[in-house]
Amino acid sequence: MTTQNKETTVQDSTTSPGTSTSGSQRGPASTDAPAVSIVNVGKIFEGKRGAQVIALEAINLEVARGEFVSLIGPSGCGKSTLMRLIADLDQPTSGELTVFGKTAHQARLDQEYGIAFQQAGLLPWRTVRQNIELPLQLHKVGKAQREKRSSELLKLVGLADFSDNFPDQLSGGMQQRVAIARSLAESPNLLLMDEPFGALDEMTREHMQGELAHICAETGAAVVFVTHSIPEAVFLANRVVVLSPRPGRIRAIVDTKLGGASERTDHLRESTEFFASVSEVREYLHGSDATPLGVDNR
Amino acid sequence: MRAAFGASKGALPPLLLGLVTLLLWQLAVVVLEIKPFVLPSPTAIGGQFFNNMNTVWSNSLITGFNSLIGLFIGMVLGILLAIIASLVRTIDELSSAVVAAAMVLPIVALAPVLYGMFSASQQTARQLVASLAVFVPVYVNTLKGLRQVRPVHRDLMRAHAAGTWQTIGTVTLPTALPFIFTGVRIASSLAVIAAVIAEYFGGPKSGLGGAITTAAAGSNYPLAWAYVLGSIILGLVFYLAVLGIEKWVLRNRGV
Repeated sequence: MTTQNKETTVQDSTTSPGTSTSGSQRGPASTDAPAVSIVNVGKIFEGKRGAQVIALEAINLEVARGEFVSLIGPSGCGKSTLMRLIADLDQPTSGELTVFGKTAHQARLDQEYGIAFQQAGLLPWRTVRQNIELPLQLHKVGKAQREKRSSELLKLVGLADFSDNFPDQLSGGMQQRVAIARSLAESPNLLLMDEPFGALDEMTREHMQGELAHICAETGAAVVFVTHSIPEAVFLANRVVVLSPRPGRIRAIVDTKLGGASERTDHLRESTEFFASVSEVREYLHGSDATPLGVDNR
Repeated sequence: MRAAFGASKGALPPLLLGLVTLLLWQLAVVVLEIKPFVLPSPTAIGGQFFNNMNTVWSNSLITGFNSLIGLFIGMVLGILLAIIASLVRTIDELSSAVVAAAMVLPIVALAPVLYGMFSASQQTARQLVASLAVFVPVYVNTLKGLRQVRPVHRDLMRAHAAGTWQTIGTVTLPTALPFIFTGVRIASSLAVIAAVIAEYFGGPKSGLGGAITTAAAGSNYPLAWAYVLGSIILGLVFYLAVLGIEKWVLRNRGV
């Protein structure tokens, strides 16, 4: 289903696991390129009077198509910065970063990813439905098609009854679900999420994690998920990337071996494999002389 | 918002205060035998107001039209220039001095000069004075509003590869809207004040300001006061109209 906009293609189904029917129309991306490839990337922030802050150093990471990768580390370790580099919201000072084989810049222009932030970031003057349709509207997708897609997404995140409400009338968890629905609007093959559940209470949070796992199983998108909660990182991810405090380096990559996204259900939280991975991540996080600040052991 | 103009609950006390003030005023004029050229009684003013309803109305229409034109031009210019200033840093820096000057400039003092520039028999000078008076608060408030965009919204628009004008239309202007309305609300009554005062300085002998000076020159002070009452009502109408539009447009903002 092609839209008027030649750059953007919207798939009308949420169940298109990992494939990219649209990829061939989006420029010279090779179809077998990994979702994200990060080679020797560093990021230095220039402070006032020449002071430099090394946020990231020598980062090497590859995220396969359909893979769920959590980034975890103490506050200020640069995990959000890394996600912003992938999203082309910031540019790396060194190294090479590609998304589906394209430069991050081109990938952003081609709308290869969907994004959700810690704050839901909904536009308060738009209804829930209008918020979800925002990316489609920006890319000039027709009204009928927009409505069809937003109805699907409203159902997917369980907010069909709230489509005409305004964000301020919703709870934090519901707002965050709207933000996730918005990030899925263009059926991206890559989802970037920066602590999307960080502001939620524990119960809502676990519920949302379950829903996200369910959504990932349905869409088959690759996910880069920034968090500072160890169980959250383990519960959701195929691989957990542990970052060290500033300057941010990859200290370890833990393969959770907990199965596909469809197996991430609540009983997983009680399993021994889950606890094993949680302890492993925790050891890596705490396992140096540096004090891990802001690590959430929930 | 409620503080700006007390709705429902707060309406009674100010009304009561106004009534008591009028009573005391009337009592003072009668008991102290104050001459009408010093201070006419409220009943005398009211009488003149109702006896001359037709002229008050026709003069209000003229001044009201001038104010409306001024409000429109000043508003459009203020919002447009604020958008440009928010986009181009140099323009912002260049204009800040001009705007600061305009803020301290008694804009109505320009009226005699403008009467010279344009024909003194036309209303143009008055409309321009009103536009200038409107421009400053609208520009200042709009520019402030345009800077309120939350970083997460800016990131969102960038992540979706939205163009400059798309971003302005989708996020920046809606964010600034409450600020723009504050500016226009302040400007609405300023437009009427500026239009009335500009009439003091010459031009055609029409409009409320012209009528006030004429009546005062003829020593008909109660009539002059009746026209002042007319200007007050006109200013209130402008203010309430903008307030009404503001409430309607922003009705869905959960603030």
